[in-house]
Amino acid sequence: MIGYIIRRILIMIPTLLAISMIVFIIIELPPGDYLESYVAELQAQGESVDPQEIEFLRERYGFDASPVDRYLRWVGGMLQGDFGYSFEYRLPVSDVVGDRLFLTILVSMATIIFTWIIAFPIGIYSATHQYSWGDYGLTFIGLLGLATPNFLLALILLYFANVTFGTSIGGLMDAKYIDQPWSMDKAMSVLEHLWIPVVVIGTSGTAGMIRRLRANLLDELQKQYVVTARAKGLPPFRALVKYPLRAALNFFVADIGTLLPSIISGAELVAVVLSLPTTGPILIAALQSQDMYLAGSFLMFLATLTVVGVLISDLLLAWLDPRIRLAGGVAR
Amino acid sequence: MTPSPRKTAKLKHFVSSEPFDPEVPDHAVSAAQEKYYLASQWKLMWWKFTRHRLAVISGIFLLLTYFSILISEFLAPYALHTRNVDFIFAPPQSVHLFDEGSFIGPFVYGTNYRLNMENLQRVYTEDKSKIYRLKFFCRGDEYDFWGLFKSNVHLICPEKGGTLFLLGTDRLGRDILSRIVYGARISLTIGLLGIAISFSLALVIGGIAGYYGGIVDLITQRVIEVIQSFPQIPLWMALSAVLPVTWSPLLIYFAITVILAMLDWTGLARAVRSKILSLREDDYCLAAQLMGARPRRIIGRHLLPGLMSHLIASATLSIPTIILGETALSFLGLGLRPPITSWGVLLNEAQNINVVALYPWLILPVVPVVLVIIAFNFLGDGLRDAADPYK
Repeated sequence: MIGYIIRRILIMIPTLLAISMIVFIIIELPPGDYLESYVAELQAQGESVDPQEIEFLRERYGFDASPVDRYLRWVGGMLQGDFGYSFEYRLPVSDVVGDRLFLTILVSMATIIFTWIIAFPIGIYSATHQYSWGDYGLTFIGLLGLATPNFLLALILLYFANVTFGTSIGGLMDAKYIDQPWSMDKAMSVLEHLWIPVVVIGTSGTAGMIRRLRANLLDELQKQYVVTARAKGLPPFRALVKYPLRAALNFFVADIGTLLPSIISGAELVAVVLSLPTTGPILIAALQSQDMYLAGSFLMFLATLTVVGVLISDLLLAWLDPRIRLAGGVAR
Repeated sequence: MTPSPRKTAKLKHFVSSEPFDPEVPDHAVSAAQEKYYLASQWKLMWWKFTRHRLAVISGIFLLLTYFSILISEFLAPYALHTRNVDFIFAPPQSVHLFDEGSFIGPFVYGTNYRLNMENLQRVYTEDKSKIYRLKFFCRGDEYDFWGLFKSNVHLICPEKGGTLFLLGTDRLGRDILSRIVYGARISLTIGLLGIAISFSLALVIGGIAGYYGGIVDLITQRVIEVIQSFPQIPLWMALSAVLPVTWSPLLIYFAITVILAMLDWTGLARAVRSKILSLREDDYCLAAQLMGARPRRIIGRHLLPGLMSHLIASATLSIPTIILGETALSFLGLGLRPPITSWGVLLNEAQNINVVALYPWLILPVVPVVLVIIAFNFLGDGLRDAADPYK
């Protein structure tokens, strides 16, 4: 097991390196550098520019160095916890990110748990009652959930919440807690607001998971050992739970890997519509103003979050399934 | 095969009472069965596909919508950029058949406009004294039909002096229904164009990986894994934010399509690779080789047909991703830019919650997006089932 964990973590390093290269290329793509346009803008507004500050920034982030130098500096800085400088906010990136990253993780985790809680019983029901009305109905609802883009769903929800309740459902906490230090009340307020984005983001993932669980369980149920178990008189419920369900569970854990990127993608978009204080709105603002260090760090964060999520699911899977940890294969 | 365990709780022991006659072959074939056994692969697929009702309906719906983009000018009651300065943010008008109990035929009432001086909100009320009949194949805004000829015939328009805003108007007084009809052009073609690019990328890259195997395969797999571990939408956003502002809208359109396709090919490439790997090992392939078939014949006659049906099905299933990607990007203001009108660009105006609360009809472009996405999903589902007709 330990050997497997080490191997699995070692595989992660080149992946993260490759991701950081792609992100860096994206950061470098816009023509010109930020400082030039920044100085020009300030001068156009008639404000004075502190040459020392510009010089300091130019020095610190090596605007004159070669791309390779700058890349190494950027990655090296990140390893030491220096994520670069947001020119828009005139703050180090880590200060801008702060709570937002935590809230992004919170929303994503809550969504995954929600997805599981909903998908699990429905998937089992659909598989054991194949071609019943319940199965058809649930499959249809699932397909609708799969097909309706979640940011559009968020828009529609916003509209109906406004019509029926006359309130806004946006945000992730009561307005009075914004910029307040964390407290019990604030946490409760977050929990109260959390379910809306979680449901909205979770719909498509839940639908997909129900379909996959149903297909997997159906495959298992058709195997001969189930027939044997039934023929030997094992009660239906035990014949379901004891073996087929356990076999189908493996994929359930492995599925985090495919679920996580889409959940994070969805979360970013829904966050803009519902104006959640997660990374979504700030990422878009950073991209629009081409504040590339901020945007790049965000991309890097999100990608790392996914890679780590996949790692956790792989480790869980290895723990569940000896075939994987002994053969040393990659889970998916 | 095996029904669920619960249903089979009480199986009875079954013994056939028919006398056993060894003369009758148990593989006797009826006419219907013979037709089935002799049918070609594509015919079997077609039969199987038509059994999936929802897929057939979705296919017809999609054919109709794609046909509509050929004649958008004729279908839309107004031209794309016609501004009705007197009707800014006008709500949808409804079509009536009866006025005070007497039958008139389809018509709309006139609208009265008043500015609420307290909150400066525009208030539109129906004016029941004015009746405008709807006319069909009538003359309205002039348009240039695909640059071929000029015309002004529309499918439907109101009587002279009246207006017909079935889905309301936007902040410049443009008819939303007309803009949705025109927007279909961009939104639907971006899906096809994007899938064409990502399909060819997937065929080449997945094909090479599957055919050569070994180190090439390994590298391709790792690259695909890296790309797939990015959350797609943030990466799309970053790439499209980088596009220079100075580019023309048409160039942006193509660039966005390429960006969407560039991240979409990975899933398809994996499908191509694994399919080629498994088909290559199949007995019939070996048989063809032993009988002296050339590689070109094996690939063209045996591998590709087995591959294509699956690929078309998975490609159909990934068209919605591209359409949605465009919608999401344009919705956020990072995608297509206004002179070009897509459904996402239309939705961009509904980004603000206040707008949604005051003028809810601005989110109506959601409806065609959702319908098209659902239709593509059902169609792809049906195609995927049909792709393996022997199952």
